[in-house]
Amino acid sequence: MAGDGRPEERGTTYRQAMREALREALRSDDRVFLMGEDVGRYGGCFGVSLGLLEEFGPARVRDTPLSESGFVGAGIGAALAGMRPVVEVMTVNFSLLALDQILNNAATLLHMSGGQLPVPLVIRMTTGAGRQLGAQHSHSLEGWYAHIPGLRVLAPATVEDARHMLAPALADPDPVLIFEHVTLYNASGEIAPSTAPVDLDHAVTRRPGTDISLITYGGSLPKALAAADELATEGIDAEVIDLRTLRPLDDAAVTASVARTHRAVVIDEAWRTGSLAAEISARIAEEAFYELDAPVERVCSAEVPIPYARRLEEAALPQTADIVAAAHRTVG
Amino acid sequence: MSTARAPGTRSAATTGTSAKKAATRKRGAKTRRPADRPDTGRGARRTGLLTAMLRIRRFEERCVELYSAAKIRGFVHLYIGEEAVAVGVNEALGPEDAVVSTYREHGHALARGIPAEAVMAEMHGRTTGCSGGRGGSMHLFDASRRFYGGNAIVAGGLPLAAGLALADRMRGQEHVTCCFFGDGAFAEGEFHETANLAALWNLPLLLVCENNLYAMGTGIERHEAQTDLAMRAASYGMVAWAVDGMDVEAVEDAARRATEAVRAGAGPHFLELRTYRFRAHSMYDPDRYRDRTEVEQWKGRDPIGRLTERMRENGELEDAELARIERQVTDEIDRAVDAAAEAPEEPVENLLRHVTSASISSAEVR
Repeated sequence: MAGDGRPEERGTTYRQAMREALREALRSDDRVFLMGEDVGRYGGCFGVSLGLLEEFGPARVRDTPLSESGFVGAGIGAALAGMRPVVEVMTVNFSLLALDQILNNAATLLHMSGGQLPVPLVIRMTTGAGRQLGAQHSHSLEGWYAHIPGLRVLAPATVEDARHMLAPALADPDPVLIFEHVTLYNASGEIAPSTAPVDLDHAVTRRPGTDISLITYGGSLPKALAAADELATEGIDAEVIDLRTLRPLDDAAVTASVARTHRAVVIDEAWRTGSLAAEISARIAEEAFYELDAPVERVCSAEVPIPYARRLEEAALPQTADIVAAAHRTVG
Repeated sequence: MSTARAPGTRSAATTGTSAKKAATRKRGAKTRRPADRPDTGRGARRTGLLTAMLRIRRFEERCVELYSAAKIRGFVHLYIGEEAVAVGVNEALGPEDAVVSTYREHGHALARGIPAEAVMAEMHGRTTGCSGGRGGSMHLFDASRRFYGGNAIVAGGLPLAAGLALADRMRGQEHVTCCFFGDGAFAEGEFHETANLAALWNLPLLLVCENNLYAMGTGIERHEAQTDLAMRAASYGMVAWAVDGMDVEAVEDAARRATEAVRAGAGPHFLELRTYRFRAHSMYDPDRYRDRTEVEQWKGRDPIGRLTERMRENGELEDAELARIERQVTDEIDRAVDAAAEAPEEPVENLLRHVTSASISSAEVR
């Protein structure tokens, strides 16, 4: 139920689900406020916060100047002082302007202060390509953030996760980064009426299978599921693992899946070199080497700044056909 | 070669949003002579200021010895010469106010009331240190005193300070957040982002620029196109003025007026405190970029010497009293050094503690 007594819509979009999550957080906790570029009057660059300014007022839905480092840092300071800020950064590319604050303060203060200063901050941002936005709006840098101790990194890939990941993120005493893939906002889906908050420590099996593990997250999940459907028509029963949380990685879920299927394809929209896909492959090699019947395959973006032209952009990104081809190589 | 201007300060008020306001500030900016103050308790107050400055001075002189003896390692940035700033500003702050500091923060930490023992133990990397041995000289913290570090990224503490001020304001608390930073921070975007944000949102923020004329080894004339820092801060629509940072009473007076205004809701205020470090940038710095005569000239304006002289002239300080203060401070530091030397080191098993809140009570880490 939404707070105003209306039954919450069950059929909804990822964008609406995220908005409802924000609305619920703002209603249920006075310490929560939303801050970022154009989150107020404009309604959010991707329309996520549309209507929230009218409902909660300018003190709690704060439009900021174009000062990523300034307002992300202000979010950290407000969190230190007992608030529960949700800071929106338009895209992961822009978040690089706030990298100093995220790494040198948010991720570090608790440890550097000997445990005195937890930073209960949530930072949301879009990531990924697929909308022909060119090289400065399309990259997938969540893997960089997943490199950093002290952060929790989330990648909601479904409408339900968009709806139910924010509350546990806000309940976490440490900084949490939420990466919303740009192509998911219009995705629609069902939300079960009484879904429990998402368990942020565990990956989830989106499709059980016995022949091969397709391990992915975020915007690549729909592609992996489509690939699994295609493989099924050939009699290959693929299991699809949605990591959900990119840091800390749920090694046990990955290992358990590989122990069942003995084959793995890792799908990650980031560049292959030094990627999360590389990390996951290494962990499989470390922890499940003797379970493998074939080398681990990776499907990542081409090593190129994401281009504008549709054909080039599509060619740069992992596609369903690439996943199917990788699965074929693995099954051999 | 001297790239810095000669010692001495302009008590210049800065441009403001209206001529009338600017004129008011100009009058207000003049340092009140000590004679303007009521006499009651003046001697005792000055004794307090002197003791606080001497504590910092002697503490850091001991740090030099301990560094040479390899008891303290890492970067150590000495505050010697700038003590009037930390002590004067702290006089204007209450226990509920917040402080954000830099990597040259021994003085800020001690003035704030963090015990010398906790600071010294931190520099020794001991478990009793104010950051549990994880911070060192550049990262002193004390949540109970609202002392939020110890930031070693130039200007990196400024956005954080704006956030602390924002939280206090959103909750209707009349606290002030005081953020220290140096002249070097003016070249960083984070200073300008924060100044704009703080003025735009009318945040209860006191910006304290310790202008010691050097960004590490680069003189201000070589790193700022416009060296009138108070004027530049005022361009953001905040009240700003420059103060003699070598006169602890002038600093206190300015800080009190600024803090009262901030607390009353007048928005962020900026103080440019013109000061000088007598020692090199850090223990590694051979200090080849400063003219010896420039350093000596500034040493002639030693804030401790000036206050001592002023007190003697007014019959507020006898030799015996000064000796007593010196002894008190030395004893305190002796105890701190002894305690630090004897304090346990953090067990290596605790290496991963405090990386996340979940790892505070166990060694697990994600």
